[in-house]
Amino acid sequence: MTTKALDPKDFPLAEKRPELVKSASGLSLADITLDKVKAGDISFDDVKIRPETLEFQAQIAEGIGRPHLAANMRRAAEMTSIPDARLLEMYDALRPYRRTKQELLEMASELESKYQAKICAEFVREAAEVYEKRGRLRT
Amino acid sequence: MSKRQKRFEVLADRAVNNDGFIKEWLDVGLVAMESPNDPKPSIKVEGGKVVELDGKSRDEFDMIDIWIADHVIDASVAEEAMALDSLKVARMLADINVPRSEIVRLSVGMTPAKYVDVLKKMNVVELMMAMQKLRPRRTPSNQAHVTNVKDHAPLLAADAAEASLRGFAEIETTVGVGRYAPMNALSLLVGGQVGRPGVLAQCAVEEALELTMGMRGLTHYAETVSVYGTEQVFVDGDDTPWSKAFLGSSYASRGIKMRFTSGTGSEVQMGYAEGKSMLYLEIRCVMVTKGAGVQGLQNGSISCVGVPGAVPSGVRAMLAENVAAVLNDLEVASGNDQTFTHSATRNCARMLMQFLPGTDFIFSGYSAVPNYDNMFAGSTHDSDDYDDMLVLQRDLQVDMSLRPVAEEDVIAVRNKGARALQAVFEELGLPAITDEEVEAATYAHGSKDMPDRNVTEDLRAIDDMMKRGTTGLDVVKALAKHGFEDVAESVLSMLKGKVSGDYLHTSAIFDENFNVIAAVNDLNDYEGPGTGYRLSGERWDLLKDIPQAISPELEKDESIAPVAFKKIGDAKPGTDKNEVVIGLPPAYGTVMTKTIIDIPHHQVLKEIMAGIEEEGLKSRLIIVNKTADVAFISHEAAKLSGSGIGIGTLCRGTTVIHQKDLMPLQNLELFPQSPLVELETFRAIGRNAAKYAKGESPTPVTVRNDPMARPKYQGFAALLHNTETQYVKPGTPSTEVTL
Repeated sequence: MTTKALDPKDFPLAEKRPELVKSASGLSLADITLDKVKAGDISFDDVKIRPETLEFQAQIAEGIGRPHLAANMRRAAEMTSIPDARLLEMYDALRPYRRTKQELLEMASELESKYQAKICAEFVREAAEVYEKRGRLRT
Repeated sequence: MSKRQKRFEVLADRAVNNDGFIKEWLDVGLVAMESPNDPKPSIKVEGGKVVELDGKSRDEFDMIDIWIADHVIDASVAEEAMALDSLKVARMLADINVPRSEIVRLSVGMTPAKYVDVLKKMNVVELMMAMQKLRPRRTPSNQAHVTNVKDHAPLLAADAAEASLRGFAEIETTVGVGRYAPMNALSLLVGGQVGRPGVLAQCAVEEALELTMGMRGLTHYAETVSVYGTEQVFVDGDDTPWSKAFLGSSYASRGIKMRFTSGTGSEVQMGYAEGKSMLYLEIRCVMVTKGAGVQGLQNGSISCVGVPGAVPSGVRAMLAENVAAVLNDLEVASGNDQTFTHSATRNCARMLMQFLPGTDFIFSGYSAVPNYDNMFAGSTHDSDDYDDMLVLQRDLQVDMSLRPVAEEDVIAVRNKGARALQAVFEELGLPAITDEEVEAATYAHGSKDMPDRNVTEDLRAIDDMMKRGTTGLDVVKALAKHGFEDVAESVLSMLKGKVSGDYLHTSAIFDENFNVIAAVNDLNDYEGPGTGYRLSGERWDLLKDIPQAISPELEKDESIAPVAFKKIGDAKPGTDKNEVVIGLPPAYGTVMTKTIIDIPHHQVLKEIMAGIEEEGLKSRLIIVNKTADVAFISHEAAKLSGSGIGIGTLCRGTTVIHQKDLMPLQNLELFPQSPLVELETFRAIGRNAAKYAKGESPTPVTVRNDPMARPKYQGFAALLHNTETQYVKPGTPSTEVTL
């Protein structure tokens, strides 16, 4: 792991810093070949992004002056460990009138404790406050 | 009115008068860019926190105000940016001497009302200048719609393949029947990679299903994630800025590119515009997007285009909202994707606003299918307009990201796209695609040319496929197993794109070698003439070479016999008062053998001579070697003619009847438009020349008037004239010939 933040010169990672890119299962891009797919040696987890990569991309985004995009990528990095179905449920829970404030706060706690998703947890708590103020919670 | 003026009757039937126009209604927000109800720009920052925004204090903030205050505005530049006079900011936007980076730095300090105050000071040309400078990606590109009313999979695959070959960097489908979505996505996933490796594909449907398909690797990006400018409309759309931002991050967490969608007119259409201008509300959408950290936005009114389209300055507002997006350093997919007018003139004018400056995606859905098959309710331009677009690129030397293609290449990729999908269907246990369907899809204009599929069977199989958890990897395996190794390799490379996450960056697309081109390694560096993206070099050579263009090296028409001239010697003045001399340029009947409208030269001569003979006179032929100018050829013929009357005719058919005592540039009768000189005209010319020779005053030969002769033939006439001019031998006397 590098300690110095990446910058736009490292972009695209696949070309400029391939040694940094690993899939969720730890494979490098060069390891993901058609022959291996044909032989049944590649699973869908082998072609998923991992949080470290999203952090590198966030650093590149910051390096080119896009802090908002970087923040999105950091939320995304935390979400990589949330299963598809649960992530879809969480999105739905954030829609208007779906949850009480308490339920949203519980979801924030789940994000924090179960998925170590601190930024996302804070984001959900903030939403709960706003929804309460604007009357958009489930009653 | 009891009696209509005839011009008004014609005008009433014009296409533009089928469009609906409405007068502004300020109280409800039926106004494009400037409403007296728009707030005055203001900001107050206390302790790094925005406590006042556009005249509202924090306790009056609605959801969107809170979002903008807390997630968008950079308090460290807010006071600096808001203190700048709006006119000065507007001038900075249009000024080539102010770099993009400086504008973008200040943009995060501006409030929505400030944006409106700046943009409303700019006319469309200035807005285009701003777009040219501010769009994030240096190289413009284009997106296509690929859909059909039958949700016919092999046709979708063939259309996706053709769209990719033609140059679209992104292709987007949607459904007629909702449950067809995964099959439509699959068709684009496969077909798109056949036409051009690296093309991004998406399927626009309901939010949760759209994300699910992305998670499974059946799509590469998402776009139809709508945001709105007032809290009530946002909530009516069943979302909030927080839910939509969460959704945006969900996509990124699976390595999937996405952008939001918004557009002027949606709030007033839904009845909650709060009396604000459409542009003001749209800028709030742009800022919601910015705050979500989503890399880009599709705007330019989109599905509510009929609303801004109906009010004054509405088309200008659509460009202004595109500029607001790029001013926020967001990728813009700039509309032009919905039918908004009956008038071809209006349609084109609206599109030029984005085409001329270039945007990240000029169309956020050029219809790559005939509009009757466009399930996004039709685009401004469709597959029948391709050649017009190719010519516009060539006329203006501006890149729309479309390339000229050969018919045989289109047939080949359409066929391969449908066959590759046939193999995938077989392997995934989906209802078979027959060889007849492949053949029909290859040659189809649209779904009218396709046999119906069994919809019930298709839908049942799709539900099964989704339950089984089929992924993009299964598609790779299926393609490889059936010999489509190259397509398999491409589909796999696109999956690997999700592993590296490079294409999550602003304005990212892939080239044919799967290199990411984004506003990081291809950041727009426009700073006036000589900088930025220029259509030049190999790319220009490619785009200017449309198949319709005629090459200067004319191919000789071998089906027409040359005129068999027999040389007699140098032409001498005649003494016979009963003769008319016909003068010809040196290339006549030999190097060139027909007129511009394909009348063989031997027939032309036969007709002129027959016309002269009808009047009882004789003709004599000369070749005027020293010039290819019809005035001088005919004057030379007249001077050598015993009667003093000569005819000169050029290879392309331009003809003059001349008299020896007139000045060379005068004439008795002139037929300047060669495409209008027909076979019977030549006989009439011969007759009239003979009548002049007999001292009569004939009625001049009538010629048709056709204003379209010029666009059709003038360029070709120049080509022909320059060709025949090359055979001129200055200083050489004329030669008398016979047939």
